Amino acid sequence: MENKPSLVATGIYKSFYDPAKVDILKGISFSINRGEFCSITGKSGCGKSTLLYILSTMDTDYKGELFIDSELMTNKSEKELAFVRNEKIGFVFQFHYLLNEFSVLKNVMLPGFKSSKHTEEELEHKAYELLKKLGIEKLSSKMAYQVSGGEKQRVAIARSMINDPVILMCDEPTGNLDSKNTEIVFEIFKELVHAFNKTILVVTHDENFSKKTHRIITMRDGSIM
Amino acid sequence: MKVKHIYEIAKSLLLARSRQSLVAAIGVTFSVAFFISLLGFMEGLNSLLDGLVLNRTPHVRLYTEIRPSDFQPIDLSKTYQKQHNFISSVKPTNARKDIYNALAIISTLKADTRVIGVAPKVTAQVFYNLGNIELNGVINGIDVLQEAILFNFKDYVIGGDFKDLINRSNSIILGIGVAEKMLAKKGDIITVTTLNGGQFSLKVVGFYQSGIAELDKVHSFVSLSTGQKLLGESSNFISDIQIKVKDMSQAPAMANEYRRVFGIDAEDIQTANAQFETGSRARSIISYAVGITLLIVAGFGIYNILNMMIYEKLDTIAILKATGFAGSDVKIIFIVISLSIGIGGALAGALLGFIFSLIIDAIPFNSAALPTVTTYPVNYGLQYYSIAMLFAVVTTYFAGWFPAKKASSVDPVEIIRGK
Repeated sequence: MENKPSLVATGIYKSFYDPAKVDILKGISFSINRGEFCSITGKSGCGKSTLLYILSTMDTDYKGELFIDSELMTNKSEKELAFVRNEKIGFVFQFHYLLNEFSVLKNVMLPGFKSSKHTEEELEHKAYELLKKLGIEKLSSKMAYQVSGGEKQRVAIARSMINDPVILMCDEPTGNLDSKNTEIVFEIFKELVHAFNKTILVVTHDENFSKKTHRIITMRDGSIM
Repeated sequence: MKVKHIYEIAKSLLLARSRQSLVAAIGVTFSVAFFISLLGFMEGLNSLLDGLVLNRTPHVRLYTEIRPSDFQPIDLSKTYQKQHNFISSVKPTNARKDIYNALAIISTLKADTRVIGVAPKVTAQVFYNLGNIELNGVINGIDVLQEAILFNFKDYVIGGDFKDLINRSNSIILGIGVAEKMLAKKGDIITVTTLNGGQFSLKVVGFYQSGIAELDKVHSFVSLSTGQKLLGESSNFISDIQIKVKDMSQAPAMANEYRRVFGIDAEDIQTANAQFETGSRARSIISYAVGITLLIVAGFGIYNILNMMIYEKLDTIAILKATGFAGSDVKIIFIVISLSIGIGGALAGALLGFIFSLIIDAIPFNSAALPTVTTYPVNYGLQYYSIAMLFAVVTTYFAGWFPAKKASSVDPVEIIRGK
């Protein structure tokens, strides 16, 4: 199990054609094994976010091949990719993207609504357990707009975990947080890797954060250094 | 994906823009309400106006026409078959004015399952005697009870009871126009002179007001037997047989059939009153067009609000898609939003439409032409409610479909990277 790669990318190319052709990714190949806590760093504009969105299956306009959990993602239909995202990938963005109209608990349960693998009660229980692990179970009945920025990000992490994903993808997860909350989020990620054997891929330009991860992939001008 | 969760997400989005959603729903409510009340009112008026003539017109009328014979004896002669003949000044013979074997025909018709009822009638030309002035008139001898059942006779009788025609011998219900000229009151005795010179005294028991002044100046009603007495004929003298049928559209075919079977003249209601249907249909089409336009306008309201909602909720759409909701799920969510506005609005509209109809129904409307009508007529037909609601739901579905399609094709990467 330990050596089975969670994610494999081979020869990922991507270009923007507007206004002129710009090669943004120039043949990226790497793999991440299960249980790895990995960060991608690089200067602004080096293509790290673009790479993450390709790896996340949301951006399908690229050349090359992408495997998640040993399954080829390239050329799958929109519906199939949505299913994969729901089942196997958890997302944490710089912005929390919580739905203000829902309670914290409902927000965490949201991706579970799609999969319908669990009953509502099971889902609720699971969401509550996750919040408990992240130390914010007291907030569960509050509305999303009533909690603070750091708490929101923790709720977003709980949401990303609800369907037991294979890999957690994070785009600047601590970009909007102060150092104390950054520390908390990092500890949570570390815990997820240790205790649950999750694979985590973080795109960040926060060097303090990336230094503490198991593996750092540094990018420059669309290639891995 | 479970239906319940789609509703839950749709509901939260709907409530997030509750005021605009309410405005959109009110748009649907009012258009459905106006559609229902407009069509109900229009159809009520239509049937009232048509009823003015159609209700008292038999669907098929059997009678004997006075006309010259179609064939002259020479036409029947074999010898002169291939030759031309010229006969001028052909006159009708003094044929009988009643229907031959009328009682047998009536009993045959009563057994016909397509027929609701049969009312025999005699018509007598008379002069109403008014001092030394004589007024032209027509007295109809009718089967009073049948006439009341089939042709709403009692609706047109004012100032008296139509049953007095049967209960009192030699009684007459006088046309209101005639009565005004004769200054006749209920209980008065009037004198009429028949064409063959006989004079009869008749007691006025009520007045007839059809709403058509020309008719009321001439026509009066007596019972069938009194009518036959005026004509000096026996009780099997019947000049008209009026038939009401179950399916009015069958009337022309049935008229043809009776003409052939009984060998007499028959006229159907469509031939006699062709113009009425045309007018009603034109009015209906206009009301439907107005009603449907209202609903389409309401549909644009929903379209607008959903478009706004999508722009405001791009974040929500993006995260839904990022966490694994497919484009089709997002589309369903927005169509559910649109449909719930539509269905909610339509239900409220049906209720409001019913209330509007009740209000219109209560507005006083007095017309000399319509003695029985005191308020505006309204048709409460269920079909207007179902058409309005069905059309409202279809319109909102399409109004939601285009924004929903747009929402389903939102690229989450663009939204998330933009933050």
